[in-house]
Amino acid sequence: MSDILLEATAQGEQLRLAGTGAWTAQNAHNLEALIDSEIRRGGTISHVVIDMGRVDRLDTFGAWLLERLTRSFTARGCDTKVTGLKVDYRALIDEVHGVKPEHKAEHRGSTLASTIASVGENIVSVGHSFGAIVNMLGALVIVLARIVSHPRRFRFTSMVHQLDNVGWRAVPIILLITFLIGCIIAQQGIFHFRKFGADIYVVDMVGILVLRELGVLIVSIMVAGRSGSAYTAELGSMKMREEIDALHTMGFDPIEVLILPRIVALVIGVPILTFLGSMAALYGGGLVCWLYGGIDPDIFLSRLKEAITLDHFKVGLIKAPFMALVVGVVACVEGLAVKGSAESLGLQTTASVVESIFLVIVLDGLFAIFFASIGM
Amino acid sequence: MVKGNGGKDVVIEVRDLLVGFGNHIVLDHVDLDVYRGEILGFVGGSGAGKSVLMRTIIGLLPKREGAIKVFGTDMQAASDTARRAIERRWGILFQQGALFSSLTVMENLQFPVREYLDLSQDLLDELAVAKLAMVGLDASVCDKFPAELSGGMTKRVALARALALDPEIVFLDEPTSGLDPIGAGEFDSLIATLQRTLGLTVFMVTHDLDSLHTVCDRIAVLADGKIIAAGTMDTMLASTHPWLQAYFHGKRSRVNQLETGIPIPSSTRA
Repeated sequence: MSDILLEATAQGEQLRLAGTGAWTAQNAHNLEALIDSEIRRGGTISHVVIDMGRVDRLDTFGAWLLERLTRSFTARGCDTKVTGLKVDYRALIDEVHGVKPEHKAEHRGSTLASTIASVGENIVSVGHSFGAIVNMLGALVIVLARIVSHPRRFRFTSMVHQLDNVGWRAVPIILLITFLIGCIIAQQGIFHFRKFGADIYVVDMVGILVLRELGVLIVSIMVAGRSGSAYTAELGSMKMREEIDALHTMGFDPIEVLILPRIVALVIGVPILTFLGSMAALYGGGLVCWLYGGIDPDIFLSRLKEAITLDHFKVGLIKAPFMALVVGVVACVEGLAVKGSAESLGLQTTASVVESIFLVIVLDGLFAIFFASIGM
Repeated sequence: MVKGNGGKDVVIEVRDLLVGFGNHIVLDHVDLDVYRGEILGFVGGSGAGKSVLMRTIIGLLPKREGAIKVFGTDMQAASDTARRAIERRWGILFQQGALFSSLTVMENLQFPVREYLDLSQDLLDELAVAKLAMVGLDASVCDKFPAELSGGMTKRVALARALALDPEIVFLDEPTSGLDPIGAGEFDSLIATLQRTLGLTVFMVTHDLDSLHTVCDRIAVLADGKIIAAGTMDTMLASTHPWLQAYFHGKRSRVNQLETGIPIPSSTRA
């Protein structure tokens, strides 16, 4: 590292530079500093002679730095000569000499303007993704109409396979999580209601909350994270590897072959999971009421029978297929929006989960208003 | 077999190499020498194990037996530091380019340099442009992402990245596959030019008979898990091995197209 790479001797208006040692990648850092200090050298210089005779190794890095040296002296109006260059390096120097002056990275605008611009771009992209969702819904309706007239075209095997993935295999984790949620709200309810001597109303709270809201919400959010992201990643990588284009060219409609079976599987699977999840949450709630709140299972059940009606149960289950549709459509839209890079696959998968959870919650709010106004 | 070729410097020495997956032996006691400054064309049927040999040499696949020496260092016995030092002296062009998809072309080229050398951003930028110019691309592709490049441009950028650290050996895995004949021809002459200017040793896995004819100094042929021949194009053409006959005198070979245009029965040529 301590090798001398460049020696300079100035005689009047003439500058003699003598390169020595290895002008290679290893020494590029030191060499760059030496060359830049020569370039900045003050005084009037009219002739520059660069002697490369004692440079024993030269690679692209060294060649480029030599080129930088000659270019900047030539640009200052000096008469620049390179001497003693070994014949072997001639071709490399010529190659580098042909490089056009450097590329300047385009400058970004001011930060304020770019912040405002990015806000605008985001709003437009939200609009676009809303449009894409509506588009997908329309395409699904068309495909469904086609399937209704030709039922044999429905990919039943594929649907069953997807149902296995998103329904059956999700059962253990859904049961566990909803059971725990049931336990937690029962415990919190007992803890706080006890202050008013209203322990028994915990049963009402757990029953109504779980059946109307929590069962379906927890399940939909779990499904968005577990199956929606998988759909996006699967479709996205198929898109990246041109499998979807291949389907198109063979005359298949990707929506019919890939997307409809997946969405149908979700629409069938989520209500079942919601039912199972709600039962697990009630079970968890009952268990905590008994062990922590001292409410006997018999009392819990008879209180539950009085507190809830079939309507509560129906409200939860009616919402489930719509939640499934939202999660499925968003996942498929985002999957098809994947572009060539691995990064884009990651971005779209994140977007898929975030968007579907957001829409599930918005939809739940709309349903709450709807059911309240029809008195359910 | 051409060995000890006029006392030339051997940069890659493969001895008795055995590589297999499960019960399937892909490379069965393979010997191969690559000499400094040559372009070695490496051919063999699809699935014969050409890429396996290349990947074994560069250490991506494990070997069962044998030795691989690069620059005279046994890769298995070498310490991590020694192995890393050797890895800096080679560059690899993967078949699909293997450009990092989340980085721009410019960042792709600068990535290895930035990691290994402490250079100023200005110099990094200038060098990236210079490397791009060497592979025949102009600075306008700098800010593009790999997904926005055409097949030929991807190969060129990948070659530029393989050359980023000024390696002594470059491994090219089917560099001209997927390019049109004009693009493939340009790529061949590009490799030949770079080989001359930078003094590279090139190990090129290829199926392109034109590449073999125009740029390769020597050809090694892999069949049935062994190197069945190694030598110049003339040696290949003169060989009587049935596989070589089929490969170099087949309907698509230059010999037939140039000489007669009519396929010649192999028996009359041998």
